[in-house]
Amino acid sequence: MIDQRIVEPKHLFFEAERKKRFITGSEAVKEAIKRANVDMAISYPITPQSESMHLVGDLFAEGYLKEYFRGENEFAVMSEITGAAMAGVRVFTATGGPGTLRAFEMFPTWVGARLPVVCAFLTRGVNSPLTIQPDTIEMSFMLDTGMLMLHAEDAQDLYDMLLKAFIIAEQPDVHIPVGVFADGFFVTHTRETIEVAPEDIKLPSYNPYSSPVPVMDMVNAPVRQMRDPFVMKSNFISYAAHASWQQEVLAAGERARKHIDHYLNGLVESENEEADILIVASGTAVSQSREAISIAREQGINIGLVKLKSIRPFPTEEIRALTKHAKAVIVPEFNRVGWLAREVKSAVNNSDKVIGGPRVFGGMTMPVELILDEIRRCL
Amino acid sequence: MKNKISIRMSGLGGQGVVTAAHILGAATTLDGKFCTVNPFFGAEKRLAPAESYVRISSEKINERGEILSPNIIMIFHPHVITMGKCYTMPFFDGLHKNGKILINSDEPLDLSQEELNKLNQLNAKIYYVPATRIATDIGGTELSTNMAMLGGLMGISDLVSYESIQVAITERFDGGNFVASATTAVLDNVLKSKYNEIAQLVESNMKVMEEAASVVKEFNFASSM
Repeated sequence: MIDQRIVEPKHLFFEAERKKRFITGSEAVKEAIKRANVDMAISYPITPQSESMHLVGDLFAEGYLKEYFRGENEFAVMSEITGAAMAGVRVFTATGGPGTLRAFEMFPTWVGARLPVVCAFLTRGVNSPLTIQPDTIEMSFMLDTGMLMLHAEDAQDLYDMLLKAFIIAEQPDVHIPVGVFADGFFVTHTRETIEVAPEDIKLPSYNPYSSPVPVMDMVNAPVRQMRDPFVMKSNFISYAAHASWQQEVLAAGERARKHIDHYLNGLVESENEEADILIVASGTAVSQSREAISIAREQGINIGLVKLKSIRPFPTEEIRALTKHAKAVIVPEFNRVGWLAREVKSAVNNSDKVIGGPRVFGGMTMPVELILDEIRRCL
Repeated sequence: MKNKISIRMSGLGGQGVVTAAHILGAATTLDGKFCTVNPFFGAEKRLAPAESYVRISSEKINERGEILSPNIIMIFHPHVITMGKCYTMPFFDGLHKNGKILINSDEPLDLSQEELNKLNQLNAKIYYVPATRIATDIGGTELSTNMAMLGGLMGISDLVSYESIQVAITERFDGGNFVASATTAVLDNVLKSKYNEIAQLVESNMKVMEEAASVVKEFNFASSM
């Protein structure tokens, strides 16, 4: 194994001197996992994620991970991740698009089993006709799995969010999985300058005894977790236990808010929020919005921006407060269904002022002009 | 961002469109500018359309993805135009007024009168460079076509220094830091096998670039309209 110095998370995140690198989003995944003290990673290729997990395989070859292998398919990978996490090691994997859907059963399973898995979802279209290009529709399906969901705008976010996701997921009062989402190609394949911590330091290792449920070890054999739970029986007490368990999982997601607030410096970021027109967006839709806002500013139009970093838990209170005085709220998205607009509508005090669009999908780049058109319609 | 230069490179898979963008991006970053490089391609591989988008600016760059309104368009293969192997139709869709187009071809292509009229209205400048021929004659391999195209770009613009390009090429081909896909790695190996040392590869490619920069030729609209 490569010798790295263990440091406090806050040192790695906030204090260590960072160096600039001109790298892709996939390479940013490698840089994060290199410093994350991950025990084990399992991979299965799918564009645009393949390069990321290939690079994590390189980390294994270089001696940064204890174990790495390629699974049979995405469902197998996520199931194997379940087993590894139950056994008490820090695990990482990534998928995207059709791979996400193929593995889907495992995501609520991770949550119910209170497994602090970190999985990167490097998003792409899932519908037929098939596309390998960026589209965030899989995030719509993921909203109710119970997983925490962070959405990276760029390679810098992806690097930072992945590292912080392990620490957020492993808090004893949270201890549920975190999905870190980034838009395929626009982030994974785009080369840009990001800042990373020195590579000779890493996070403290995972302590399996921080788990709120019995860890699978020599005392608690695996069979006791799968066969013994009384929730599998059909009687009043088992229904009550199941219901309270579900609520406890929901509560764990709620308790994550304070940790996300602390480590990501808020579930949202906002600028110029007193403007009459606000754009609320996540992922690379934020980047396109920044460009539109800067062009609008040159034309004397004042637009505010709310960037959502956490999608689950959803920053309902933050959005309600920030949009209170806005006359119009524009929600640009890289998918056909407009899942984020639905979420935002459920949060603002008057949903009539939410404009769901512009939307592009199936791999299209969002023309900045489309956002500017929407802005002009609101004037 | 008024000083931002957007370059759209259109070519065929295997021609090095992604690598050319990478080297240009790394070099401009070395020169202290902000730059993003974004390749775009489908599930097909060699000879299918492949594009790269390079944005260069003195300020942080927000916008991502496809470049819809480029200042400079680089066409790595005539088929991009003659067989529609690109993501936009016509190939110059969205070109800025006073924009530049650099085409890899020994002879001017037979563009339609309608296309020439539109380009003329945009006050576009078209440049031809025999990039594949220079790559074959001077570099000894058509795999250096992308370097010849960068040379052509050096000949028609002032975006980056030769020194930084040289460093970027060296870093790209010299060992451990670069991550290539399987198909790219195969082409890298073919290219490297032609030279005993990376220094020779770099030197040969710099010669290809300098030659391309010196022979790039502006197309005269008046002669065909």
